[in-house]
Amino acid sequence: MHTKITKDENDIAMRLTYDIAKDDFARAGEASSKIKKFLRQLGIDSSIIRRVSIATYEAEINVVIHSLGGVIDVLLKPETIEIFVEDNGPGIEDVELAMTKGFSTATHKIREMGFGAGMGLPNIKKCCDEFFIESELGSHTTLKLIFNL
Amino acid sequence: MVLKEIIQLINGELLTDGPVDTEIKFGCGSDLMSDVLAYVEDDTLLLTGLTNNQVIRTAEMLDLRAIVFVRGKLPNSEVIEMATDKEIVLISTNHSLFTTAGILYQNGLVGKTF
Repeated sequence: MHTKITKDENDIAMRLTYDIAKDDFARAGEASSKIKKFLRQLGIDSSIIRRVSIATYEAEINVVIHSLGGVIDVLLKPETIEIFVEDNGPGIEDVELAMTKGFSTATHKIREMGFGAGMGLPNIKKCCDEFFIESELGSHTTLKLIFNL
Repeated sequence: MVLKEIIQLINGELLTDGPVDTEIKFGCGSDLMSDVLAYVEDDTLLLTGLTNNQVIRTAEMLDLRAIVFVRGKLPNSEVIEMATDKEIVLISTNHSLFTTAGILYQNGLVGKTF
């Protein structure tokens, strides 16, 4: 699962980019909400929007909870929506384990907020048509989510 | 089951304006938002004791129309405002999660099967 993720900047019809700050629970979900509104305005099929919404929200929350901050980059192409979620670390020690349902590294404080069920990454993968994850300890974690239109 | 009927059955109190004629097909009780995101569809009523803004975000992502806060829990005005803005109906009941689910189940509301 440790693939080198590529970002093809050709053929982009529209692009949205959002900065996500570490521990910013007041604003967590705002980017996903904006992305959802935007896709609705474009008249994209509602079942696709729903999957995109769940996946981006889970990814956004992960960035807030687990990372040092990151960016969500949405590339709208003629036949696909490609979403890149890139953070600045600290990286995932065991990606296979992180992908396991129920496994979470969330703290007690996070669990009190209703997170930390350990379903985030599995949920994201389930929602996408193609899912890629790359992580390096002390460096970054990157997700690439592809939704077919 | 219509939301108005649900509110009556659980002695619910409306925290936002309606609509209360929404048709609800399923119920889901949970305090873990990732579980809700994994398993729930839009014609579901969420029962929860969690009152933070992320409950509203979760509902928004899933197009949920209504949330019932159990155990007499009340969200703050900021959360209520957020829900109103997104047209999500908020209801409060003093019943526990178990009892609320039980009342609705007894009256024909089912949970999703996976």
